[in-house]
Amino acid sequence: MKVKALSRSTADYTRETKSDIQRLPRNADPAQHPLERAREYKRALNAAKLERMFAKPFLASLSGHVDGIYSMAKNPWDLDLITTGSGDGELRVWSLSAQEAVWRAPGAHRGIVKGVCNVPGGDTDRFLSVGVDKMAKVWSRSEGALSADGETPETVASYSGKHAFSGVDHHRSRPLFATSSSLVEVWDVNRSEPIASLTWGADTTNTVRMNQTEVNVLASCGTDRSVILYDLRTSSPLAKLVMALSTNAIAWNPMEAFMFATANEDHNVYTFDMRRMDHASNVLRDHVSAVMDVDYSPTGHELVSGSYDRTLRLWDVNRGHSRDIYHTKRMQRVFCVRYTQDDKYVLSGSDDSNLRLWRARASERLGAKSNRERATVEYAEKLKDRYKYLPEVRRVLRQRNVPAAVKRASRTKQDMLQSRKRKAENERKSSKAAAAAPRVPERKKGILGVTTK
Amino acid sequence: MATRSGGAAKKRAEPDDELAAEIKQRAQKYRRAKEGAGGKVRSKKEAAAVGHARRRREEAAEAAARSEVLLTEQAGFLEAEGMERTYKFTQKQIADNVDIGSASRIFDLQLGEFGPYAIDYSGDGRHLLLGGRKGHLATVDWRNARLGCELHVRETVRSVCWLHNQTLFAAAQKKYAYIYDQSGAEVHCLRKHEEPTALGFLRHHFLLASTGMSGRVVYQDVTEGKVVGEHRSGHGPAHVLRVNPYNAVVHVGHGNGTVSLWAPQQSLPLAKLLCHKGPVQAVAVDGVHMATSGLDGRVKVWDVRALGVLHEYRTGRPAQSLDISQRGLLAAGYGPHVTVWKDALATRAGDAYMQRLLPATSVQTLRFAPYEDVLGYGHSGGVSSILVPGAGEPNFDALVANPFQTTRQRQEAEVKLLLDKLPADTIQLDPTFVGRLDPRSHAERQREQLAEGRARYAQDKADGKYRDGAVRNKTKGRNSTAKRYARKRQTNVTDLKKLQTMERMEKELRQAEAAKRPRPAHEKGALAQFYTEKARLDG
Repeated sequence: MKVKALSRSTADYTRETKSDIQRLPRNADPAQHPLERAREYKRALNAAKLERMFAKPFLASLSGHVDGIYSMAKNPWDLDLITTGSGDGELRVWSLSAQEAVWRAPGAHRGIVKGVCNVPGGDTDRFLSVGVDKMAKVWSRSEGALSADGETPETVASYSGKHAFSGVDHHRSRPLFATSSSLVEVWDVNRSEPIASLTWGADTTNTVRMNQTEVNVLASCGTDRSVILYDLRTSSPLAKLVMALSTNAIAWNPMEAFMFATANEDHNVYTFDMRRMDHASNVLRDHVSAVMDVDYSPTGHELVSGSYDRTLRLWDVNRGHSRDIYHTKRMQRVFCVRYTQDDKYVLSGSDDSNLRLWRARASERLGAKSNRERATVEYAEKLKDRYKYLPEVRRVLRQRNVPAAVKRASRTKQDMLQSRKRKAENERKSSKAAAAAPRVPERKKGILGVTTK
Repeated sequence: MATRSGGAAKKRAEPDDELAAEIKQRAQKYRRAKEGAGGKVRSKKEAAAVGHARRRREEAAEAAARSEVLLTEQAGFLEAEGMERTYKFTQKQIADNVDIGSASRIFDLQLGEFGPYAIDYSGDGRHLLLGGRKGHLATVDWRNARLGCELHVRETVRSVCWLHNQTLFAAAQKKYAYIYDQSGAEVHCLRKHEEPTALGFLRHHFLLASTGMSGRVVYQDVTEGKVVGEHRSGHGPAHVLRVNPYNAVVHVGHGNGTVSLWAPQQSLPLAKLLCHKGPVQAVAVDGVHMATSGLDGRVKVWDVRALGVLHEYRTGRPAQSLDISQRGLLAAGYGPHVTVWKDALATRAGDAYMQRLLPATSVQTLRFAPYEDVLGYGHSGGVSSILVPGAGEPNFDALVANPFQTTRQRQEAEVKLLLDKLPADTIQLDPTFVGRLDPRSHAERQREQLAEGRARYAQDKADGKYRDGAVRNKTKGRNSTAKRYARKRQTNVTDLKKLQTMERMEKELRQAEAAKRPRPAHEKGALAQFYTEKARLDG
């Protein structure tokens, strides 16, 4: 007789001392895991519900400015510090970890501070500001001496332009910066006059942004509804894109140097490939009022936009609708938004003079996670991703409390768009000329034309 | 040069190739049922996502196959040498040849006074629940011979079952079902279960199912106390109920030889099988197979998915109890005998694997202990436990059932189980339906439904169900003119309703098809909607 019966030694399955971890043998045999599909679905539903339960995106409101915040800059070399410029000409540097202003310059400009930017490179804490007082100023927390009244710090350098400035951006590596006013000017920091003036058309420009990866390219947008790309090497424009409504802000994708996003007056955010601008590579539509600012996450996969409808929206760059909407009762029209460099937070500056700090992912917990916690979170993410198309899970994941005004406006907007569409269809049916005209894809609708030089 | 080096590489790579092929072959077990292709994927992006998901599934299956090296335990076995026959081995012989720990699993509890006994093992196999017909209830940590609680309820106990862990158990008593906790205190009296005879617990749904003298199948949620289903079987008193662990469908055996399959949210059985020529005595189910025994003295094995009989065995007397072990051994208890067959489900077994006779007793309930090579059975003289090598799954998954569970682990598992509690409507014959798409279009579905309805109608008509004025005669006293008229009316009404429904469905289908048909030029354009309206009115 040959016989063996199962006999497990208790010592093999229990821990020796209390400091050991418990042994948990696993067996992946499907027969041991009945109803796994239904249980997985239930877990996915629970994960979706927990996500919405823990979704508390608002972290802090930093008050101090007495007028609205109209410009903001993050520093790629410093996670903590954020520079803001206000409507009354005040500049502040905020520490996000301390949640307070660490430096301020009241009356830095006369009138609105239209743009701020940091001087790249980790070895300097200089930053630039421009205002409607036709001045561009360089500031530093460490170098600048305090003025006689002990309050307003002295500038490190200042440059005076011919027109009121509307935006500023610094070159990634060279001591150059670009300003926008009625024309785009490129300045050498060591000269008092601009070294190049770039124009294409006569209208004023809203803003200028330098590409931080493909460093010789910069883009500006103007009130003539144009977005113009320039090349620094030839000091001449490359291409001009004219849209149906004007663009308020531009953001370059930090990972794909040829992609940029524009915040448009027509409530949409467009992303473009600068090599082929005859169509947008994506149209992000959810806002119900003009989009005032847009910024890429450092990964280049996500976007944040702030709008005149008093909300922020977060987007996946490849999707057409926002993945989240942030708002508070007190937040007014949003004029500037930034993704922080660690991809974890979003900042917004609005009309109500507060700088607000938000989580980039509403339900994500802060701080270090244990391995088990991280594994659980990853599992939950995967489950949600897997079952996101099922009605129950989708309903939970998509549910958002939206301000009544936004909801109303979006309903009205939807009606308008639908009736327009219906009308176009009816025209198509009834008139031969209309029927013969080609249909315009959504990604081309907002674009009037592209000219290259 | 390429060929030369290629040849050398091939020679060296051979063991790797063999290993990869073996892994691929072993991964078959871990490949889930084929997910519906759902037709061609139109968008390039989605096609890439689908392809990616498919590759990930394959990788996961192979990773699971590779992780088999981590399974440390080997299954038990019993082999005969030379002239020996395995069914001739006695428990004493086996006990002499196995280790002392295993030998201590063989015992007989003399409890002649309150028998016969119904028994149940907890999900991890560590605890045994005994219920004597005359009112004796006890829980035992049987491996350590440690008594948990013991009580006498002073009324008939017909069946017992553990709930989700060893802290709660249920007993089917004379009038109602009761829930007790681990100390033996009565926690609940479940009055919705009237005169219950058999109990079953759906672990993942937290449902206690029972059937009884009324012939009803009652489902009660033990977390919130709600009765989620109460169905009339219409076959009179039932004494047999088992839960299929694969899909949580409840199998109930009836006195007329049928076994019906129930889900809590459907008032009609999911399926009915005519299994025996006499009353069904016992049922045992694992995922694929069902074994039934009837008073006709047969034990039949069924394929539960195809709902067909596979083969049948004979027992000396009608088997009173059946069970299928985790590794597919089939045990039957009849009179004083217990017989175990190996490889008896998918194929037809010849001789029995093991046998045991306990004189002057009659077996009441037998159950394999999960994750152990042990078969326990309650009989008229008490409770016995015998070794059946090769019965239990050697490698347990500690997050499913852990025989070495600590209190904290049990508490955590309870919370997890409650979080993952499934709604009652997730019970279907095919448990993989969750999250699936129905690839048929609405019209297709309707067409199929219609065809089905027509076929049923034709069948009924052929059977003479709608024969006008030919209402069949009933027994004396139930055949008055008024009753005959009522019966006739009833059939006609059913008929009319069915015809109306079918007509309506047909009309809808016609309209849907008309809407799709290419329109002539004069019906196109801005005035098209008037034609659509006309078509609607015409249809």
